[in-house]
Amino acid sequence: MNELTSVMNELLSIKPVVLWSDVLIYILVASLGLFFYQLSKNPLARQRWRTVFHSRAGVASFIVILFYLLIALLDSLHYRAPLEKTEGSDEVHYSQEVHSVLDVVLTELRNKDEKTYSAPFAIYSFAKENMQTDDGVVYRDFPRLANAGQHLADEADHGKDVFVRSMKALLVAAFISAVILGLHIAWRQRQQRQQCSRGLTTQQTLPWGTIYLTLSLLVLACCWVLELSKVYHILGTDKVGQDVLYWSIKAIRTGVLIGTLATLLTLPLAIVLGISAGYFKGWVDDVVQYIYTTLSSIPGILLIAASVLLIDVYIETHPEQFNLVAVRADFKFLALCFILGMTSWTGLCRLLRAETLKVSQLDYVQAAHAFGVGHNRIIYRHILPNITHIILIALVLDFSVFVLAEAVLSYIGVGVDPSMASWGNMINEARSELSRDPVVWWSVAAAFVLMFVLVLAANLFSDRVRDAFDPRSA
Amino acid sequence: MLAYIIRRLAYALPILLGVNLLTFALFFMVNTPDQMARVQLGDKHVSEEAIEQWKTQRGYDKPLFINTAENSEGLLTDTIFFEKSARLFVFDFGKSDEGRVIGADISERMWPSLAVALPTFIIGISVNIVFALFVVMFRASAFDTAAMVLCVVLLSISGVFYILGGQYFFAKLWHLVPISGYLAGTDAIRFLILPVIIGVVAGIGGGTRLYRTLFLEEANKDYVRTARAKGVSETAVLFRHILPNGLIPILTSVVVVIPSLFMGSLLIESFFGIPGLGSYTLDAIQAQDFAIVRSMVFLGSVLYILGLILTDISYTLVDPRVRLS
Repeated sequence: MNELTSVMNELLSIKPVVLWSDVLIYILVASLGLFFYQLSKNPLARQRWRTVFHSRAGVASFIVILFYLLIALLDSLHYRAPLEKTEGSDEVHYSQEVHSVLDVVLTELRNKDEKTYSAPFAIYSFAKENMQTDDGVVYRDFPRLANAGQHLADEADHGKDVFVRSMKALLVAAFISAVILGLHIAWRQRQQRQQCSRGLTTQQTLPWGTIYLTLSLLVLACCWVLELSKVYHILGTDKVGQDVLYWSIKAIRTGVLIGTLATLLTLPLAIVLGISAGYFKGWVDDVVQYIYTTLSSIPGILLIAASVLLIDVYIETHPEQFNLVAVRADFKFLALCFILGMTSWTGLCRLLRAETLKVSQLDYVQAAHAFGVGHNRIIYRHILPNITHIILIALVLDFSVFVLAEAVLSYIGVGVDPSMASWGNMINEARSELSRDPVVWWSVAAAFVLMFVLVLAANLFSDRVRDAFDPRSA
Repeated sequence: MLAYIIRRLAYALPILLGVNLLTFALFFMVNTPDQMARVQLGDKHVSEEAIEQWKTQRGYDKPLFINTAENSEGLLTDTIFFEKSARLFVFDFGKSDEGRVIGADISERMWPSLAVALPTFIIGISVNIVFALFVVMFRASAFDTAAMVLCVVLLSISGVFYILGGQYFFAKLWHLVPISGYLAGTDAIRFLILPVIIGVVAGIGGGTRLYRTLFLEEANKDYVRTARAKGVSETAVLFRHILPNGLIPILTSVVVVIPSLFMGSLLIESFFGIPGLGSYTLDAIQAQDFAIVRSMVFLGSVLYILGLILTDISYTLVDPRVRLS
């Protein structure tokens, strides 16, 4: 009971920090929910989504993306912890560091710093150090790590311990999966029996086997990471001794947000301009075409570089607007998303224009005109629903492109703020590490694996969505 | 034909003017010369004189668009916009903020860029076409599925990892080629092999997948079925009917990037230390040399528009049904 009240007190004393990107990502999730709710009322769209989720690759990749999204959402609830009260003052000061809910989950990882590099699962440091024996003799050797393998009585047990803990994690994961799956299968069977008793025919079902397998693998991965990260650095530590696993998980938020926000921030522009060009034709069309030809003729990477440089200058000359490092990084991040979107909306705008041109010639639109329906209503009721599939396809296709672009941009030095965890920053730092001997490969490998899984899932999912929604590719 | 090209070039002028206005707005109105001077001089407490001197040296001390102090002749020409942007139209790039002549730098660094980009482009397309044809030959088989899965996997790997992996295995571990660097003349080949291979491999996933779709589209057409029905062998159908017709959309779609090959690749050039235009741009970005970035933006736009015009012309060359109008 005492513990509970202390936890409650701690919760009440924190100061929430709302970053703009946090707001946007939650608005995004809410609007996506609304969007899918709208779609579910449309029988044709429902049929198409069914084909997406009835394919094994589609549903498996969707689960993986959801998992990433969940982590990103957890990492988007920020707060500042209060500092210890100073003597004789009642005023509460808050820490300059901004943490998120995810940080609370990963507290153990965050606070397990070493002095410098250490390899994955290592119990010795990567660099030699001068040490003293008890009788004062100085010698040079690899020191033991402060936060890894401390529980080992005998160093020879190292390998065995990793194996035993892995097995334990496997058992726990198997147990959790078995419980979840068992309950769900029982529930499904009951549902089926009820449907049968009501005389309903069983519809074609989702590929449950794949769903169960994906979920079990995710549970296994989580259990394994949680169990082993307690006593080891699973992915080693970086130059200043921070846990690489922690930073690569923190980078998920950056990757997911850049993939979604970049398209969404410029989506209104693409929709409004594309539809007006295709619907009103004439001079509107000329102006819109001129705008997107001009923008698309500038090499994207140069436009991004130029704009990011300017944002840097703006931040430098207006330091008073950014009181926290996190706020500054967030401003730069949003600006980057917007600029990335600016380089890509032209393609979507062109597609929307062409499709609107086609749709607005159809008989029912002509009929609506003849009935005297206003422009706004025609666009909203007749044009927009018939071009949403293009927007959807662009959204899912661009996602992986932006995640990959972030890595390249951060490498060039025009990406996200260096203080922000991102795979691009990790790769950038790892460049010099690869030329060391022996090679420090783990931070690059960590960024590679996490990024690869996300991009692969996004690519597979977008393929399914495109197959289902694009009439041409069928 | 000539009239068409001239008209298209005339259309390009307002677009280039738009590009110039945009970059100008970005570089001079968002980021005023005063701020530029402060950043370049590197000190928060620079004297006003130092800033003025810096601006005068680089010609940033003039009004933005209209110089009211001048008479009719200098009204529009003696301004920053004319000095720094309008001159680009005659490819007079002026001097960089460091004081180097940009035009000379560009014409010197263009060739290493081309030496990497051109072989990558040609070999890349050939390899992708061969792979795509191979996959189409075994379409709707397990091989097809496996190849497509492999393509998605290759596609999902960031280009940075291809470069890091290539450098690590080929150069560091197996000592086959130098890690980075560049020499003029025939010595360059040693340094070019790895970047070209990496450029080709990084493009295989996306390219093969795209070309396969184009070939398959062709393979489902009526004339292919007719050819099969009259007893033409499967290989002959593939090479005599599907390949030539499938090449039309492929070639016309790649024409647009040909002029831009001069610009080089930012990523590959900087990783391999090739002194081309890509690394030139990157250095300028990192040194915040706006004069160079501005010139490269303009050059890139010109080459892209040139690519668009070439695309339209190439359509008429390969497909007689399309007329220039």
